[in-house]
Amino acid sequence: MNTIWIITQRELQTFFDSLIAYILLVAFLGFSGFFTWLYGSDVFFVGQASLQSFFSIAYWTLFFFIPALTMRMLAEEKRAGTIELLLTKAVTDRQLVIGKFLACLLLIAIALLFTLPYYFTVASLGKVDHGAVWCGYLGLILMSAVYISIGVFTSSTTNNQIVAFLSALFIGLFFHIIFDVLAGSFTGTMGEVFSTLSLSTHYESLTRGVIDTKDLIYFFSIITLGIVLSEVSLSKRNLV
Amino acid sequence: MDIQIEGLSKWYGPQKAVDDISFSVKTGEILGFLGPNGAGKTTTMKMITNYIAIGEGDITVGGTSVKNDPEFIKSHIGYLPENNPLYLDMPVIDYLEFCALLQGVSKTQVDERIREMVRKCGLDAEKHKKIGELSKGYRQRVGLAQAMIHDPEILILDEPTTGLDPNQIVEIRKLIREIGQAKTVILSTHILPEVEATCDRILIINKGKIVADGTASTLRKQAQGQEIVRAKIEDTSADKALEALKQLPSVEQATYLNSHQDQFEIQGKPEVSPARDIFKLCVEKGWVLTELTPVETKLEDIFRDLTIN
Repeated sequence: MNTIWIITQRELQTFFDSLIAYILLVAFLGFSGFFTWLYGSDVFFVGQASLQSFFSIAYWTLFFFIPALTMRMLAEEKRAGTIELLLTKAVTDRQLVIGKFLACLLLIAIALLFTLPYYFTVASLGKVDHGAVWCGYLGLILMSAVYISIGVFTSSTTNNQIVAFLSALFIGLFFHIIFDVLAGSFTGTMGEVFSTLSLSTHYESLTRGVIDTKDLIYFFSIITLGIVLSEVSLSKRNLV
Repeated sequence: MDIQIEGLSKWYGPQKAVDDISFSVKTGEILGFLGPNGAGKTTTMKMITNYIAIGEGDITVGGTSVKNDPEFIKSHIGYLPENNPLYLDMPVIDYLEFCALLQGVSKTQVDERIREMVRKCGLDAEKHKKIGELSKGYRQRVGLAQAMIHDPEILILDEPTTGLDPNQIVEIRKLIREIGQAKTVILSTHILPEVEATCDRILIINKGKIVADGTASTLRKQAQGQEIVRAKIEDTSADKALEALKQLPSVEQATYLNSHQDQFEIQGKPEVSPARDIFKLCVEKGWVLTELTPVETKLEDIFRDLTIN
């Protein structure tokens, strides 16, 4: 546990030292703030004291930002050879992957923390369904975790950051929208399978304020899968 | 801690990178690991440090097999990889702290260890810079410092002196010697004089197999077999001297050395030294012997002999 935390700390430090963290915070808050308060189906347009518009915007902004955060995590270590330094210290592959995963998740959590004023503002405008808001935040965190685990995985498969970024987006796109579209065009079992695979189904039910074990199992199984696959792909160095 | 390697093999696809090698290194020994490019040095080192899994065979460190407890072994090894990869965007001190914490140095001792490493590796003037701003020699020192930060029992250095200037090389060699007194050190290099200067024992591998194992002097003896001396004889005609030399019982062959007509290269018969006979001959004939030097086989020659097939 201690080792994981040391790696997480260093990753976070790197995010803040290299300005990545600040760019992410500014861009994320800028986009989500603009669309939540000023443009499109914003809070005032909807006319309800709810953060629904923020949640649907954050759903998309995080989808694009997360691969940009995760793309360098393992790819850069592999390219520079520093992964050899890490893994010959008292660090296991799993600790390394989880450490990086947590660092990214923490950064997203910090970004979400800065959106809490939205919540307070809306709460002062009218009666807010507090449960739905907290569930929405939980949904955002879980969704981020899913994309981070996918991003860490694609980053572990290559030593080229761009490849890692694009393949993370590509895989993410299936969970984000394609499965949902497919679910709409199939009926019966196939439709149901795609609907279960689609992340938006599970995310929406969370933002409506319903915590279902089925949804939680869905999120956690993809996260676990991503982390395990990253580990497997790291251990491939033994075969080459 | 001793390192024991038994029947170690490693395949990269159809290519056998390491082919059934066995050796052991004892505490207080500095082992020089030599071999041409692609001989399997780095692969072997990566297996000892647990970066890549072993193929066949076994490696035990201090009685623990890599198969049973790799984490235990990792925490007792300090490793400087080939090409010395570093986090270029990290300041030296932060980087050393990160490495120390990862290797399980307790929080109370971290500062002290960092101070000691900075002093030992001569990083004092550069310690607050980012690693990316350092010259190659200083980066190499940072690499050494991180390898030794947790005071490991075993030090594995893959080409530790590349990119250093001659003064630094001398310093680093001295440092390695110093460490080698109480620790187990394996270092690989292409620079042959370096091996002689720092290592107690030399291991030469070629195409994944061990081709020589021993101290520099035993390797010489093995390679040489017959002793060669160089002599300069004055006060006589060159031809007469050469003829007389050839007649000596202990001499196998005598030739002029290059175009110097008064210098000879004399090869002795196996197991006998011709030097005494040459001296006696000159005394007998009243010639003046102005030079008599044993010709040592250079390590380079031994290396070439063993690794070029």
